[in-house]
Amino acid sequence: MRHDVDTATGEIRQETMIINMGPQHPSTHGVLRLLLELDGETVISCRPIVGYLHTGIEKNTEYRTWVQGIAFVTRADYLSPFFNELAYCQAAERLLGVEVPERAQILRVLFCELNRISSHLVWLATSSLELGAVSVMLYGFREREVILDIFEAATGLRMNHAYIRIGGVIMDLPAEGPRQIRSFLRQMPGRIDEYETLLNENPIWLERNVGVGKLSAEDALALGVTGPMLRAAGVGVDLRKDEPYCGYETYDFDVPVRAEADAYARYRIRLDEMRQSLRIVEQALDRWETSPEPVMIDDPKVGWPVKLSVGPDGIGNDPDYLRHIMEESMESLIHHFKMVTQGVRVPAGEVYQAVESPRGELGYYVVSDGEHRPYRVKIRDPSFVNLQATSMMVEGGLVADAVAAIASIDPVMGGVDR
Amino acid sequence: MPVERHEGVHLGRSPEEVEEEVERGVLLSTLDRAVGWARKQSMWPATFGLACCAIEMMSAGAGRYDLSRWGMELFRASPRQADLMIVAGRVSQKMAPVLRRIYDQMVEPKWVISMGVCASAGGMFTNYAIVQGVDTIVPVDIYVPGCPPNPEMLMFGILKLQEKVRTTGTFR
Amino acid sequence: MTPEEIADRVRSRVPDVLLARGEVTVTVGRNHLLDVLTWLRNEPALQMGFLSSVTATDRPDAEPRFWVVYELRSVPLRHRVRVKVAVRGENPTVPSVTAVHPTANWHERETFDFYGIVFEGHPNLTRILLPDDWEGFPLRKDEELGGVDTRFHGAFHPPVDTRTMA
Repeated sequence: MRHDVDTATGEIRQETMIINMGPQHPSTHGVLRLLLELDGETVISCRPIVGYLHTGIEKNTEYRTWVQGIAFVTRADYLSPFFNELAYCQAAERLLGVEVPERAQILRVLFCELNRISSHLVWLATSSLELGAVSVMLYGFREREVILDIFEAATGLRMNHAYIRIGGVIMDLPAEGPRQIRSFLRQMPGRIDEYETLLNENPIWLERNVGVGKLSAEDALALGVTGPMLRAAGVGVDLRKDEPYCGYETYDFDVPVRAEADAYARYRIRLDEMRQSLRIVEQALDRWETSPEPVMIDDPKVGWPVKLSVGPDGIGNDPDYLRHIMEESMESLIHHFKMVTQGVRVPAGEVYQAVESPRGELGYYVVSDGEHRPYRVKIRDPSFVNLQATSMMVEGGLVADAVAAIASIDPVMGGVDR
Repeated sequence: MPVERHEGVHLGRSPEEVEEEVERGVLLSTLDRAVGWARKQSMWPATFGLACCAIEMMSAGAGRYDLSRWGMELFRASPRQADLMIVAGRVSQKMAPVLRRIYDQMVEPKWVISMGVCASAGGMFTNYAIVQGVDTIVPVDIYVPGCPPNPEMLMFGILKLQEKVRTTGTFR
Repeated sequence: MTPEEIADRVRSRVPDVLLARGEVTVTVGRNHLLDVLTWLRNEPALQMGFLSSVTATDRPDAEPRFWVVYELRSVPLRHRVRVKVAVRGENPTVPSVTAVHPTANWHERETFDFYGIVFEGHPNLTRILLPDDWEGFPLRKDEELGGVDTRFHGAFHPPVDTRTMA
């Protein structure tokens, strides 16, 4: 602050300070840049500047086949890759007019809910780190490693899986999958209790979160905010209940809603959502055990032809399948070749498919021209829209509260910038 | 240390000069080894996590794959206090000048690990928006491939970098 | 309301309504856009008060070239309607809907950034995702994908396999 004495009146002139926070900053959840105008410690105006992670995913999908597009969109919102894949594949399936097998639906729900838990764990870990609770960061990543082990056993990758495909999923659960998931389901509720014991009544946590980053319901709806931020303001909308997909209407779970509309309410909601997701995972796993076998649609023009299995060095092409296409059947080889290089041909049309990702409404507007490649894929990312509310939440508060408020938005810059 | 005299071998310098040079070599090579060991043992990475690789980098620093085994748990936010920059994630055209600026703000000696294929070569994003390899902007010491690389792959890259640092001859 | 009922309801105000795959798509002219969006928001049977996304599609061989697409959603009644506006290719302009739906602010900036469509009445129509001094509108179909020979600020980067160690 520059203090100049006004020579005419003898008063001290004060000016506001413009501070640039980011894009490289330990507490901006990725490459988010904030232009803050400060009067002392009070934020007068806050302007978020995004685009530092713009990857051109939407343009790139127009130049790749539909299945290659899955590998691209999965990296948009990289903390919830299954949701990206799910919305994209469901949009393509609606254009095709096909239904996926029951087991594939169950697996989609199972992995999406596990992904919700792992995404909320990263949120908890990074938010706590930013606010000073460093132990919670280590605890959050400890639990996340267990979930990533499940992902790795089932899909081959820890992140960015390309597991959900048009017509189903790529592979069934491996042999030790159910045991791993059940062991996780046994230990996780106790761990969430640990976090709650550590943080719920913690005076420092309450001081830093209660009353911080308030966003009322009218403002939230006007700004297009969805997800835990909207549910913290008292509006109990969840696309899994309102516009169910993947059979969510048959699962038994609650949607936590609170009314205080501050960062603490969002924290409690996300912890409650983790518990509800555990319920859904348990139900899905029980259903999986009695569901019929196929995980990929039978239609030869749509279903991914490749069979994968777990070999001595990990997940790879099933040797029986390889022998079949290389030695036994020429037609299978040709079919395999065509499906892998050209892929599905999706009929012309446009569709908007929305799913409830950990951050809110994740929507895919997909336009097809009847070709092997999409014509336009628009990703309506929840973080992009939620960040518009930053100015409203942060202005008038202290700088330290700006960090807490943005942490409670849970933005993932990969989704914001795509 | 006495110098052995060989008949018929012309060293080009006097025996006293050679002796002095050998002594200096021993001293400096030991100093080199000590400095190299000290540098590699406690490198402080600068936080430059951009995208998915940043999450794997955080996992590498967390409990299971513990980077503090090698003295690296202290991720410094300020580049002036850091000596290692792990470029974790895809670098967009808008971010490229920022990357260069952070690199310039780091103090010598500094090293760069390019983590993931996006940082190494543009990855799957061969398009208008992504810089096709950060080695067009900053000099890179170790490239760690993967999309994203396992924390164990990152650790392998870090160990290779530590070997490189340890054997860097600073004084000779 | 079922999609058929929604389509009938909207048809009472706007004639061009298409019902396909369970989705209602309304095509309006750019001069009626704000009226239609206001009516959709205020109509008690529809209550489309939530704008999910604004985007555009480029069909360079057709006239009109651009189609700006608004995805509307009714939070209390749980249904969706899509509104499409055709925009010509030369100096494309559309009225901005930020007065009716404030969330359109960043969406319209992104559409401008990608396609060059100017939204009249927008409070701050600047680039949002691409660098501020970027030339061109990359998502248009006549712009190439770029990559190894992108020349931004005159820099030229050779393909990865031809770079030397020097």
